[in-house]
Amino acid sequence: MKERMALDLSHLPLHGMGSASLTFWGTSAFMLIEGTGFALSIAIYFYLMSLAPRWPIEAPPPDLTAGTILTLLLVASVVPNILVSRWAKRKDLRKVRAGLIVMAILGLLPLIPRAFEFPALHVSWDDDAYGSIVWTMLGLHTTHIVTDLVDTVVLACLMFSKHADNTRRYGDVEDNALYWNFVVLTWLPIYGCIYWVPRL
Amino acid sequence: MRWFGKIPSPADLAAGDEKAEAALRRTWSTPTGVLGALSTVDHKIIGRRYIATAFVFLMLGGVLALAMRLQLAFPEARFISADRYNQIFTVHGSNMMFLFAVPVMEAMAVYLVPLMVGTRNIAFPRLNAFSYWIFLAGGLLLWISLALDTAPDVGWFAYVPLAGPQYGPGKRADIWAQMITFTEVSALAVAVEIVVTVFKLRAPGMSLDRIPIFVWSMLVTAFLVIMAMPAIMLASSSLILDRLVGTQFFNPAEGGDALLWQHLFWFFGHPEVYIIFLPAVGMVSAMISTFTQRPTFGYLPLVLAMIATGVLAFGLWVHHMFVAGLPRVGSSFFTASSMAIAIPAGTQIFCWLATLWDGRPIFKTPMLFIIGFLITFVIGGLTGVMVASVPFDTQVHDTYFVVAHFHYVLIGGSVFPLIGAIYYWFPKMTGRMMSETLGRWAFGLIFTGFHLTFFPMHILGLQGMPRRVYTYPPELPWAGLNLFVSLSAVILAAGFLIFFIDVLRSVRHGPEAGSNPWNASTLEWAMPSPPPPYNFRHIPVVESREPLWTSGETLPVATGLRLDRRELIVSSVAAADPEAREASPADSIWPFLAAIATSIMLIASIFSPWAVIWGAIPVAITLTGWFWPKQTPEDES
Ligand code: HEM
Ligand SMILES: [Cu+2]
Repeated sequence: MKERMALDLSHLPLHGMGSASLTFWGTSAFMLIEGTGFALSIAIYFYLMSLAPRWPIEAPPPDLTAGTILTLLLVASVVPNILVSRWAKRKDLRKVRAGLIVMAILGLLPLIPRAFEFPALHVSWDDDAYGSIVWTMLGLHTTHIVTDLVDTVVLACLMFSKHADNTRRYGDVEDNALYWNFVVLTWLPIYGCIYWVPRL
Repeated sequence: MRWFGKIPSPADLAAGDEKAEAALRRTWSTPTGVLGALSTVDHKIIGRRYIATAFVFLMLGGVLALAMRLQLAFPEARFISADRYNQIFTVHGSNMMFLFAVPVMEAMAVYLVPLMVGTRNIAFPRLNAFSYWIFLAGGLLLWISLALDTAPDVGWFAYVPLAGPQYGPGKRADIWAQMITFTEVSALAVAVEIVVTVFKLRAPGMSLDRIPIFVWSMLVTAFLVIMAMPAIMLASSSLILDRLVGTQFFNPAEGGDALLWQHLFWFFGHPEVYIIFLPAVGMVSAMISTFTQRPTFGYLPLVLAMIATGVLAFGLWVHHMFVAGLPRVGSSFFTASSMAIAIPAGTQIFCWLATLWDGRPIFKTPMLFIIGFLITFVIGGLTGVMVASVPFDTQVHDTYFVVAHFHYVLIGGSVFPLIGAIYYWFPKMTGRMMSETLGRWAFGLIFTGFHLTFFPMHILGLQGMPRRVYTYPPELPWAGLNLFVSLSAVILAAGFLIFFIDVLRSVRHGPEAGSNPWNASTLEWAMPSPPPPYNFRHIPVVESREPLWTSGETLPVATGLRLDRRELIVSSVAAADPEAREASPADSIWPFLAAIATSIMLIASIFSPWAVIWGAIPVAITLTGWFWPKQTPEDES
């Protein structure tokens, strides 16, 4: 087939940011998958609750302290997280590096109260269906914290290497920040289910 | 659309410049040898591999079907033991759904979508490579378990409590559940790639209303996968947890519920039917348009019908549970919505008939399969409307009537279009044509064999023959029809055999195809067959819905991508205006290694929960290797 030149693209930027970046869309699609997973786990929670004569089944409601500390930590982490994302957009390498270290710490810290949340449930995963679903919800969310933590650490290392200063990496930092917001956001309804629904 | 100023003609990019093409070939080629084969990220190589593997699973699943039919041919036959029979129908069903039907559709998309939207590779090519290896590992897990006589025996929907810890000892149900994890991971990965490829990698000018129907169908399918598959992942993981660490999700004695399993399974399982069927809708539209040499009638209604089907698909799952004892009101609602889905289906069929009516259809082999599809699918749809009504379903539930119904829908609705699609796109994939003569024989045998096999099953079902039984007593009036059905299955198998022979023969010896043997209108036909590693010498610029029909002899193209590095164009979601150039990943062994690490973790976790913890470490290492950039910053400038 013969060809006719209709358009020259050589001045397009190499790698777009925001909605012009493929990883942004990939991350969004994965958030949709995982969000569906979280939504379904909440649906299972309410489904089992609707069957149970008493909820929680043979256990007092979970203690609030650990879960609430974790919630506050997560919500507070959103502020530096948004700042890192902004610095990445401005391609400010020095600030991004510092911000990623802060975010790595803020990813690690919640794991401490999280460790106390499991005993605070007053029920074991194999006691009954109530125990199974709350452990699963906590477990699912913990997996998300841990994966994002690993992601942040690897990214921080990358930003201290010779690969740091380019558009693509800044885009990765933005996506990582987006994902952390997702991890925080999905926690809130789960927090409500685990800690407050039994108190209603 | 706004273009970027004047049109320069860089010397190194002049059309037909052989040096430029050689450079592109160097940049995009997969290295030869085993290492190259394991590290390739070329969507065409992975797509072909994926399709071929899925067809191998079809063939293996077909062998199991014949084994079942041999056992059922005579009353009280002793060819297969009851236990073996349970394994065989479970592996047949699971294999057909999870290792053949869904993967083959996604594989067709992996191959075709990037070509049809005019780009040089799929989005996230390494994820694509990973998804294939994970799919293969899941398939091997299932089939090796069958060879070792420990295959799952709980049916393809693995209902608890049969699949639960009390009634399903051993590792059989765990293998089923973990096979699900493998195939879902790979299906979800491909779905993400398809969505992003369609959203962001379309050729300049391919606005939403110029996307080929097949690409639309795969986009909707990908969203169905994304929304439906998490349900089955959650279900199968809970099942493993119940069996392995003693959670109580499905144990009524401790507040769990068996119906919870059914809800989760069918919240996935019903959309699954459309995950298999919608791609077929896209294929049929593409082929009808080509073989009538006119645009498909009703572009917008077709697209809307597909979207409506996708949305409605989520509202229907309960019709699989009518006999499970749900509240009456619920059942009426689901009956109504089940019947409502006939409306978009009717719209599609009307659009195709209108296209055929108006055009002069050319009856090549793919068109024969479309006729077969229309007839068979309509019959399957009718019995579908029948079983959507509660009283009727109560009567025929778990009988051969249902077996007949779902094979009409699955084989009629997607295997027929798929075989037609293979005849249709084979020349593009291999550069050679398949045989018209053998194609007609294959169609004739498959079509007659199919109806002779499955139509009598309706009658057997109405006579009360239950499904999933390994034999039946001679006093019941089922023997004659069963023998007839089994003999017909041999005709059906012969048709598939001819098809496979034709494929194998034509890969080497078929006549050369040329770039566009059917005079089709979409972009995948714009390049030589088989496509070069870089797909398009220049990225096409799309000015209409049928770019190859409106452009005449000269295709408008865009220039300005580098030759010495893998570059794609990223364009805006709605109008497909170019936004950026994007580097596309190089070949890499890491996805393969990551797939091995993931497979070991998943299989070991059937035996110990600790495998998830320890197994995550090699997975994390391989993933880091995968993402760690190789280029120096200067390259990225
Ligand atoms: C090619 C010819 C085929 C034949 C002769 C055949 C035959 C059979 C038979 C005899 C059964 C067992 C029924 C029972 O014992 O309850 C069965 C079950 C099934 N088949 Fe097929 N089949 C064929 C192709 C397919 C295809 C292409 C698909 C899917 C795309 C499929 C999906 C299933 C499913 C989901 C089951 C249910 C398994 C279960 O009950 O767990 N079959 N088939
Ligand atoms: Cu259904």
